[in-house]
Amino acid sequence: MRKINISKLFVVIAILLATPLLGSAQDESHIGKVTGNEGRGRQFYFRYCWGCHGFRGNGDGENAPYLNILPRNFVAASFKCRSTPTGTLPTDEDLFNSIRRGFVNTNMPSWITLTDQNRADLIAFIKSFSPRWKTEKAGTPINVPAETPLTVQSIQHGQQLFQKLECWKCHGQEGRGDGPSASTLTDSNDQPIRPYNFAAGSRFKCGTTNHDLYKIFMTGLDGTPMPSFADVIKPEEAWDLVHYLRTLQIRHNSPELALWLTTKEGAAIVSAQRVSGTPTGSGVNQ
Amino acid sequence: MTLKHVFLAALATLAAVTLTAAGPGSGTITGKITYDGTPAKQKPIDMSKEPSCASQHPTPITTETVVTGPGNTLENVVVYISAGAPDEAAPSAPVNFDQKGCQYVPHMLAFQTNQELKISNDDQTSHNIHPLAKINQEWNKSQPPGTPPIIAKYDKAEMIHVKCNIHPWMSGTFAVLKNSHYSVSDKDGNFKLPNLPPGKYTITAWHEPDQEMTQDVEISGSETKTVSFVFKLKPY
Repeated sequence: MRKINISKLFVVIAILLATPLLGSAQDESHIGKVTGNEGRGRQFYFRYCWGCHGFRGNGDGENAPYLNILPRNFVAASFKCRSTPTGTLPTDEDLFNSIRRGFVNTNMPSWITLTDQNRADLIAFIKSFSPRWKTEKAGTPINVPAETPLTVQSIQHGQQLFQKLECWKCHGQEGRGDGPSASTLTDSNDQPIRPYNFAAGSRFKCGTTNHDLYKIFMTGLDGTPMPSFADVIKPEEAWDLVHYLRTLQIRHNSPELALWLTTKEGAAIVSAQRVSGTPTGSGVNQ
Repeated sequence: MTLKHVFLAALATLAAVTLTAAGPGSGTITGKITYDGTPAKQKPIDMSKEPSCASQHPTPITTETVVTGPGNTLENVVVYISAGAPDEAAPSAPVNFDQKGCQYVPHMLAFQTNQELKISNDDQTSHNIHPLAKINQEWNKSQPPGTPPIIAKYDKAEMIHVKCNIHPWMSGTFAVLKNSHYSVSDKDGNFKLPNLPPGKYTITAWHEPDQEMTQDVEISGSETKTVSFVFKLKPY
């Protein structure tokens, strides 16, 4: 009997101690109907994240020296994948999606093993690293109009935009990330960084859909050389560019690539881009 | 509580007195920026990848991290009052920052917090303007030829390194300052801070990437004080 009473007393004391912590001083995150809690997020952070992102969240964790795209510095609060304009803070949902999706071509995995609630808690905690979240509001997400119909004309117009906006200066004429400026690029921490290679895969840094691709060049990837084109591309033109960029992904079967291949011009361009033969050059067609 | 009130009232009076005294004064601080040691050798810029810019420079140009004149004078040093002058509201006139011949004009641009900054592209090529702000929010925008100027503002004082990722040789600085008393040293290293009301000031001279010197100066009435800064430069 006596033992039970003592344990009950402990529970009561624990609740009393925890109450002020759960009160106003803590940050929250809001993703849809899920509300994240900073205190719980702290526990997850120091279990899963701090090995790379560091004790103080500035990206200098124990594993950081071994990574060639450095872990995000949460103190600087500059984020690549946003739905908000360049120079603004991302929404909680943007951060939530980044944790769920992971980052292709980096060491940041997709945290699908965590629940939505876990991820929401983590975001509430991550936001406590920078004072920016206290003084600034998240940006207003950019308006993404409905996708325009996919036509050959739209792909061709996208192709012209790719030339006119000089995307090829970094991404290369075939989108392989080998343009004339590619080798000189550095991120905002003066670390070398490579432009995206469209020919290598299907996933982009900030998602897999046409909608994600639209947002990447209209918001820019802050902290990297990739600028925002929001002021210089009209929304309908932006979809044309999306359609063309898809055709550069020659290893990904998209409706855009299929349509492009039906044209004489497109088929010629794509077959010239596809490497024939083996890497050793034995001439065997793949 | 009452003590606190008295203190606050005193503070308010003091502030009012300072504000009324802060009209345009007649004191002036002038001087020359020179250097000691060996300045870093400036490297020639290879613009062959950007023919439309290369053709604008009949004689090859060099980087501008250190620009010196005869008599060891130093250009592009921003001189400003870092203490002693009240913060000021931004003037309504914008400052201009141009991209011309794949170079920033001017290389060093000083302006005030919340002042309008107008960035134009005079070239026949796309630039991306990427000010690497640490205190203010960092942004990065594309500006193809023939597009309207980009208008921006910064609300916190900071020395911001500006670069174009497409043309890695392009490098400049935004000096965002809290008041209108600033000057950028010219090709003879001269600077001038006019219209100073009487008072004690701390003058800061800043040179890229992060060299800073300060001196205290007192202005009483309509006098002209001469202040000189000597920067120690290293070749590496």
